[in-house]
Amino acid sequence: MSAARTGNSSVLSHALKDALIAAIVAFGLFMLLLGFLTDDSRGPLRLLTRPVLLATTIGIVFVGRFLISLIYYNATTLRYYLGALWTAICSLAREFKIALVVLLLLIGGGWVFFSPKDWPLILITVATILIGVRFGFSAALLVFAALFPVAFYNNPYFLGIAIIILTYVMLGWGLNIVVGLAGLLDLGYVAFYAVGAYSYAIIAQAYGWSFWVCLPLAGLFAAFFGILLGFPVLRLRGDYLAIVTLAFGEIVRIVLLNWVSLTNGPNGIGSIPRASFFGIPFNATETGFAAKFGLEFDPTHRTVFLFYVILALALITNWVTIRLRKLPVGRAWEALREDEIAVRSLGINPTNTKLTAFAIGAMFGGFAGAFFATRQGFISPDSFTFPESALILAIVVLGGMGSQIGVAIAATVMTASFELFREFEQFRLVIFGFAMVGIMIWRPRGLVSTREPTAYLKERKTISVEHVTEGRG
Amino acid sequence: MSEPLLSIKGVSAFYGSIAALKGIDVEVMPGEIVTIIGANGAGKSTLMMTICGNPQAREGSIVFEGRDITQLPTHEIMRMKIAQSPEGRRIFPRMTVYENLQMGAATAEGGDFRSELARVYSLFPILEKRSSQRGGTLSGGEQQMLAIGRALMSRPRLLLLDEPSLGLAPLIVRQIFSAIRDLNQREKLTIFLVEQNAFHALKLAHRGYVMVNGRIALQGTGRELLERPEVRSAYLEGGR
Repeated sequence: MSAARTGNSSVLSHALKDALIAAIVAFGLFMLLLGFLTDDSRGPLRLLTRPVLLATTIGIVFVGRFLISLIYYNATTLRYYLGALWTAICSLAREFKIALVVLLLLIGGGWVFFSPKDWPLILITVATILIGVRFGFSAALLVFAALFPVAFYNNPYFLGIAIIILTYVMLGWGLNIVVGLAGLLDLGYVAFYAVGAYSYAIIAQAYGWSFWVCLPLAGLFAAFFGILLGFPVLRLRGDYLAIVTLAFGEIVRIVLLNWVSLTNGPNGIGSIPRASFFGIPFNATETGFAAKFGLEFDPTHRTVFLFYVILALALITNWVTIRLRKLPVGRAWEALREDEIAVRSLGINPTNTKLTAFAIGAMFGGFAGAFFATRQGFISPDSFTFPESALILAIVVLGGMGSQIGVAIAATVMTASFELFREFEQFRLVIFGFAMVGIMIWRPRGLVSTREPTAYLKERKTISVEHVTEGRG
Repeated sequence: MSEPLLSIKGVSAFYGSIAALKGIDVEVMPGEIVTIIGANGAGKSTLMMTICGNPQAREGSIVFEGRDITQLPTHEIMRMKIAQSPEGRRIFPRMTVYENLQMGAATAEGGDFRSELARVYSLFPILEKRSSQRGGTLSGGEQQMLAIGRALMSRPRLLLLDEPSLGLAPLIVRQIFSAIRDLNQREKLTIFLVEQNAFHALKLAHRGYVMVNGRIALQGTGRELLERPEVRSAYLEGGR
């Protein structure tokens, strides 16, 4: 800390000098841009001056630069104090855990007392925090997700967003197998999503089979396409692989556009059979879900059901991935990401390893696609363009390649913020871009960059991955 | 004498149209340490890679345990009782030491993982201390030990070592070489060693080959080669 504190006065003068230079530059830049204004609204062209605006702008630049350099030169000190504060909060929380729980219950109870209508929301807030304190962040997230429809039953808009978010969480987890674990950069993941959606739509329409029969079929088709893509790109890595997968995604989309007899081309496929509750449809008829269970008909039933379907699918994806990581095939994926030559020198067949990664990743994409088709009831090639692939890849990369929880957080933040910023239409991508740049500056390896080992001998003690050089690749 | 464990006959290998190996004959008997020394670009590492099937030999034959492996793909060769510690170590940096060793046993048939692990840990005790540390956080010497340990996990009959002394401090080099000698003497493990560090390699090896421009220029026992004036002048004088 001593280095950071050497002479506050020198830091101050340094910052002042910096700010002064910035102000001079700003004056040079803005003098003509902001300082003068031509006006011909009243008679002949006149030259107006705007000294106040100019002075304000330069003032902002001066103060801004001053603060930035002050913080910059004092960064270590600042971080030190923030860190100390955080440690204090944490130790306090640890000391008074029971008190904290009681306090929470009191707040929750008071809230219920004063606005009883909000009780489901309060219930899940309290439950989430309690679970979080006891079992950690992931468990809290899970409880929150499971109770979400209870709290927001009366808010179909939120439920809809939650379903979209979970779809992207699932897609992210699926792609995470290919990109995060096996280290194969795939820019055409949306192709498998499309294959799943179209296989579900076509099979369900042609044969009238139920969602639960078509779902595995859609997954199988997608996995088959995964292997189809896998074969030609076996020898490629990095940039070259990315280009081919990008092309693959486009090829699938263009085939969907042009194979009119099967896919109905750009018009898409409509009136896709909706998901039913294990054979009981969600409608207002005698045989519908509501009537069977003695409830009043409510279209939200279907939404809630869909929510739990995609939650289950996503959790299955997660569970399978976690299991696979502990099996030889999952280990081989990770080893392949680290060093392909070493993998081969250990007698592991890299061909099979890559193909299984492509196939399993694609399969989950296919499941998500089938779900998408049954939820929307209408699909067209427009839903499966490159930006979708890029979004899913961004979720995986920003979340931290290979990290399940990181991908879930990234998917939530990205999809939710796309919804939140819907009002700022034109600025959405700007904000998105800034967020990306920010992440790349402060967390270049993604939000959650530690790789959790899959096997321990005696104790769980690992060194942060920040100190480890990236594998060649 | 018995059948050679590994026999390389008239092997030529090419990178594109450039010949890297021009008719190499090498034999490795069971229980031997055989070393290949030579200057940079002589083809030492290429010979090692050719045994592993990458690149595959265009002429000649490579026979291991009486089976012709010349045309087999790399992963099938490495599934036999051959293990390799590749040049530049190539451990998995983001995986823990323990996981690295597990990867080494990925294709081991039979054998007990725990006893293999215990064997490697007794050979390189530092690895046990570092077992939950990530491979990339180890020092160079520890990484080399890990690479050798990982290769040993599949319980090979033949261990291929490609420049285990690369970029290591002299003290560590001595440590590694004494571990190699231990392996050979205690477990009768056959070792095929490619090295730049001619002095150490020849002192360790039963027999050695000197490679120059893709050909075997000299061969003999380690001691013989150490005393040959041409070997001394080319590889030993001015630094050991």
